[in-house]
Amino acid sequence: MIRYPRRTLLRAGAAFAGAAALGFPAIARAQAEKIRIGHLTPLTGFLGVIGSYAQLGAKLAAEEINASGGILGRPIDLLSEDSINPATAATKAQRMLEQDGAVVLLGEISSASSLTIMQVAERNKKVFFSTGARSDALRGKSCNKYSFHCDIPNTVMVNAVGTALSQQGMVKGKKFFTLTADYIFGHDLLKAAKTFFGAHDANLIGDELIATDVTDFSPYLLKVRQAKPDVVCCNLAGNQVTNLVKQYAEFGFPYPLVGFNLNTGDAWAAGAGNLSGTWPTVWYHTLDNPTSKAFVAAFSKKYGKPPENHAWIDYVTLKLLAEAINTTKSTDSGELIAYFEKQAQFDIGKARKAYFRSWDHQLVQEAYPFTVKPKDQMKDQWDMLVLGDAVPAANDPLETIYPTKEQNPCEMKA
Amino acid sequence: MQFEFLLEQVVNGLVLGGYYLLIALGLSLIFSVGGIVNLAHGAFYALGAYICVELTKRLGFGVSVVISPLAVALLGILFERFILRRFYTADPILSLLVTFGLAMVAEQAIRMIWGAAPVSTEIPQSFRGSVIVGDFLFSRYRLLILGVVAAIMVGVWLLLHKTSFGRVVRAGIQRPDMVAALGIRLQPYMTAIVMLGVGLAALGGAFFAPITTVHPAMGADIMTIAFVVVVIGGLGSFWGVIIAALLVGVVRGIAIHFEPAAGEASIYILMFVVLLVRPRGLLGERIEKFE
Repeated sequence: MIRYPRRTLLRAGAAFAGAAALGFPAIARAQAEKIRIGHLTPLTGFLGVIGSYAQLGAKLAAEEINASGGILGRPIDLLSEDSINPATAATKAQRMLEQDGAVVLLGEISSASSLTIMQVAERNKKVFFSTGARSDALRGKSCNKYSFHCDIPNTVMVNAVGTALSQQGMVKGKKFFTLTADYIFGHDLLKAAKTFFGAHDANLIGDELIATDVTDFSPYLLKVRQAKPDVVCCNLAGNQVTNLVKQYAEFGFPYPLVGFNLNTGDAWAAGAGNLSGTWPTVWYHTLDNPTSKAFVAAFSKKYGKPPENHAWIDYVTLKLLAEAINTTKSTDSGELIAYFEKQAQFDIGKARKAYFRSWDHQLVQEAYPFTVKPKDQMKDQWDMLVLGDAVPAANDPLETIYPTKEQNPCEMKA
Repeated sequence: MQFEFLLEQVVNGLVLGGYYLLIALGLSLIFSVGGIVNLAHGAFYALGAYICVELTKRLGFGVSVVISPLAVALLGILFERFILRRFYTADPILSLLVTFGLAMVAEQAIRMIWGAAPVSTEIPQSFRGSVIVGDFLFSRYRLLILGVVAAIMVGVWLLLHKTSFGRVVRAGIQRPDMVAALGIRLQPYMTAIVMLGVGLAALGGAFFAPITTVHPAMGADIMTIAFVVVVIGGLGSFWGVIIAALLVGVVRGIAIHFEPAAGEASIYILMFVVLLVRPRGLLGERIEKFE
């Protein structure tokens, strides 16, 4: 009578031991077979709004890649987190590489945070795709071999809008007043703007550096009026742009407001009727080509709203990374870098294909100036922008709008 | 010319201070009467903005800017009755924790209902643009806000100083035990104070919805400045909060005139100096229960 339960107990014990020996490691192995990719982007703070879009884009790309067989036959495990600030971004990047076993990192919008992640990537000899940071300095004096830059740099945004403004006769001999975000990105953008003004006979008569947490712009707007410029130019970022645009409409100044930086998310947040002027963008959901349309359809179906440009860039980056890994059959940093440096071409949903320029790792691609649709012509709240012709023009080489080696030198240590 | 520009900044600062006042006054009142530091105050400000944006789509801005604070004030009843009431006599750390938690819950709730992306609304056409009075330029819309704030402040002052309601509230700030000994229950008064406080915060949110980013974390953003105003003004003083709010607006304007990069830091320097010279705040009363 006693032997039965004991035997049962024994069997249970054996089963448990067997599970421990066979089952659990099997589960652990299954997890190890996933390829882990780290994704960091600001989900809070003044860039949080557009960062949330970036996260949705990356997640959609991971799902689509996994549904079509993953990379090297293994599924992607996308680890996506809020980067918060430059210091936390670096700490999280280090943890993702060291403890979570991420083979590659991507993401970021803040140029300041991107810079710290670039340093972590270099130290760990892992590839990092800086998807949304626009500071020229990241591609120039701060560049390194492990970092790739997907968004258009400040110089390109300035050139895209500047060219459109020149055609409207709004540059030569005009007095500009700039409002600039007070961190690495803004400083860098102001520098690019100054270069442009200098080269096109425009005068910069005033500039205000504005902290990223400012929500009330009235004192700055008074200074704008006191200076009496011909054109007011916004070099701000994230929520700052939205607040400025709304308050500029509130004060109703006669000077046209233009800008060298705008993300569609910030334009949507400002709302129809508040935004005006000429601005640059890297992508918009109305672009008419198969890749772009398929992405917009998939994104809208999944999330119930059209994608913003940061959703697009994180999406195409993860896609092109998967393509690179499948082509090279490797996640090794050295092999991936060598592949991209051969200037392999990628379809990123634009008329022309894009490639990473070998000497500064910039994704060379078209950009667009845009103006704002009159409110009564908008089909819905997302249909705000009228894209201008892609720059550079179709018969000019793509690199003509990008900084040259002399303008923004990058020395990568081997 | 320089002087005129400076003066223009001072006047603009006063207008901005009026708006800070809407948020800070309720915070100060709730603390003075209930002894509770309401970290969820910003959440009501955010709710005011969101409800206003939502209602504007159906009813227009003019109606929404009135209804939204009233709706939030009604929420204030529930807030006081079911949450705050349990913490008047408890360890202050508990009310800090519970209101902090509530602020996070509210922010996430907003994110779930309206999404992480900002929502937007516009100023009615008739209030767009600016008016020039003498040499000064004012935003038409902000003048409207200033007028409303001034009217409300007169109303609150009369309520606190010329009615029996106000007498009980002011006595309750100083000696709640004596008020109780006289057979007066402070709780209904507290409900009214919380309604008034969160309603004013919501009005601030509704007014600022057309000219600032309406996003889930907006409540957390406004809390810092509201606390600075309350700390500078001192507790228990109606005029202290008013003077502090205007002072903060003006000091910021002057700082931006001379040294734009120091604009945001200036208000914290002001707070630092005031606390060094007068730890109780400019007009803070000595309140026995907090000593």
